[in-house]
Amino acid sequence: MKFTWFNLMPWPDLPEDFREKHRSVWVDIDSNLYDPVRGHEVYNDYLDLLEYADTLGFDGVGINEHHQNGYGLMPSPNLMAAALTRRTSKAAIVVLGNSIALYNPPIRVAEEFAMLDVMSGGRLVAGFPVGTSMDTNFCYGQIPALTREKYAEAHDMIIRAWTEDKPFAFNGRYNKLRHVNIWPKTLQKPFPPIHIPGGGSVETYDFCIDNTYSYSYLSFSGYIRAKALLQGYWDQVAKRNAPDASPYRAGFAQTVFVAETDAEAERLYSGHAHYFYNRCLHVYAGFADAPGYRTVKTIQTGALNQYGRAEYPSLTWKDLVDGGYIIAGSPETVRQRFEELIKGLNVGNIFLLLHVGNMPKDLCMYSTKLFAEKVLPHLRNMWPEYKDDHRFWCSPLAERALPAPLGPTFAPNTPAEMVPAK
Amino acid sequence: MITAKTIQTPKGAVEYLEGGSGPALVFLHGAGGITADSPFMAALAAKYHVYAPFLPGYGESEDNPDIRDMLDVTLHTYDVLDALGLHKPILVGHSLGGMIAAEMAAVAPNDIDRLCLIAAAGLWIDSHPVPDLFSLLPRELPAVLFHDAVAGAATMTRNVNMQDPAFLIPFLVRNARQLGMAGKLLFPIPERGLKDRIHRIKAKTVLVWGDSDRMVPAPYAQAFKAAIKGAELVSVPEAGHMVIVEQTTAVMAAIARLG
Repeated sequence: MKFTWFNLMPWPDLPEDFREKHRSVWVDIDSNLYDPVRGHEVYNDYLDLLEYADTLGFDGVGINEHHQNGYGLMPSPNLMAAALTRRTSKAAIVVLGNSIALYNPPIRVAEEFAMLDVMSGGRLVAGFPVGTSMDTNFCYGQIPALTREKYAEAHDMIIRAWTEDKPFAFNGRYNKLRHVNIWPKTLQKPFPPIHIPGGGSVETYDFCIDNTYSYSYLSFSGYIRAKALLQGYWDQVAKRNAPDASPYRAGFAQTVFVAETDAEAERLYSGHAHYFYNRCLHVYAGFADAPGYRTVKTIQTGALNQYGRAEYPSLTWKDLVDGGYIIAGSPETVRQRFEELIKGLNVGNIFLLLHVGNMPKDLCMYSTKLFAEKVLPHLRNMWPEYKDDHRFWCSPLAERALPAPLGPTFAPNTPAEMVPAK
Repeated sequence: MITAKTIQTPKGAVEYLEGGSGPALVFLHGAGGITADSPFMAALAAKYHVYAPFLPGYGESEDNPDIRDMLDVTLHTYDVLDALGLHKPILVGHSLGGMIAAEMAAVAPNDIDRLCLIAAAGLWIDSHPVPDLFSLLPRELPAVLFHDAVAGAATMTRNVNMQDPAFLIPFLVRNARQLGMAGKLLFPIPERGLKDRIHRIKAKTVLVWGDSDRMVPAPYAQAFKAAIKGAELVSVPEAGHMVIVEQTTAVMAAIARLG
């Protein structure tokens, strides 16, 4: 199993009456709600938490890209990833991912991911989302019906930029570059493992199967509701005669809270769960799905978008737990539910949403530590028959450079000791 | 009597509505499409030999992923006129269709000599931004589209049951095909450079605007009037963006001014 400690980086101070007074947490969120002085503290706390997860032995630390979003403060996940390369040492840096249709030209992604891979000593796991309609269409102005074509072209350009060993000309519809020749190149060969976040588009299933990419379902509605969607993926894996149904071909994001007892979990965390489901997920339905963004084929499957839904505000803690939106409780309860999740969905990559909504740092560290020490060891070897499947995870250098210590012990040589260049 | 027919074009099969007799008139529909039973179609057919081709993705017109931008649509629509054997028909466009009609008249000014633009999209004025059609919820549309929002809502929800999955999925598919196509020209800002070409229009031009158009409001009528030499503006009281529905007779009278 691969467990990634994932942080969406929500804004923690959305007001209590946010839902009543504001129409959306995303796209046209009231910018007066943002306070950069508080933001300074929040970013620092969130990076602390990701670094803390690294020290506890999580396989990966994960971040993603959102725009104009009150629950996702990372317009540029690569900036966060760059910061993480220096103060984490073991965990994969899972950037899930860069919305490649939005970068102009997309070799910017090839370059920045190559930088991150080299900086981290080969710890990068790369993600290429199409991006939500909110981000891609309404914030970044991409034409809905052309987004997927532009994405496909960007993907082709990036993979060629990573794999071809001579400069080449790229004559695309959306990008025309005479000399593609990125420097640096990725450390992992032929390129870092790729995960594709998806929300039920059948085209995305095929794209993952065809390219040996891992399909990630980053849902907020939990593992019980995810069953049908992931079953659709596994059915497609079988139908397309993929060579195997390795659980590492899929990933799933799950909100989770751990405490000493189930009752203690409710007492400590229910406020934070409600903050997330009631305020953070308050997305104006008109932004959820620009017409043309999803293909006709996908709409015909009946897969409806997870945003802009009305049911979240009415959910009690019990509803959230019983409905599997969240996994919460004692280490034993959490372990049992995760076994159901892992077996039920047939997934090898788990993205743990252990930081939720407006949860303060110390409380999040408490929950994270319990998970790392009392849950994770029991779930490690859920898929012994696939323990040698390394296709979907990073392969770091055995010996990696470390940041030099700061302070008085770190002093440069004197000029007399330096050897001039020839 | 309006009938639906199909012709082949280099970019796929195109469905069109045809009816009436008299001078040839081509009507280009807006983002919502047009139906054979619309009173506006009947009014056109009472006086003209009317042809109303559907854009790709509308009606039975084939989706075509190779039609991506304004030039593609402009040339495709000329291909449709060719396939129909029409030479210099009266060209009438509503909203998105007005944008396409204006573009056709600007790109090939010697091919269009009578032009009617009804509540046309295609220009952008910073101080009067056009509402974001693509983020409007169905319940929000009537107030933007109609002078009389209550009557408009009744028109729009005729035969609509959003609670019924058997209705909902085909509705969403139709919406994705139609507005997916419309988005190629209208998303996220309904402006594709017409302002740089509009001066080329030579056609005798009549502009028709509802006084209470909240989608493409009155300042746009003035902008079109200022940009097209000799254009005549007919402002229609008690009409919104769907002036063709709300004041059909006034629109017909305006078109008649083209002779």
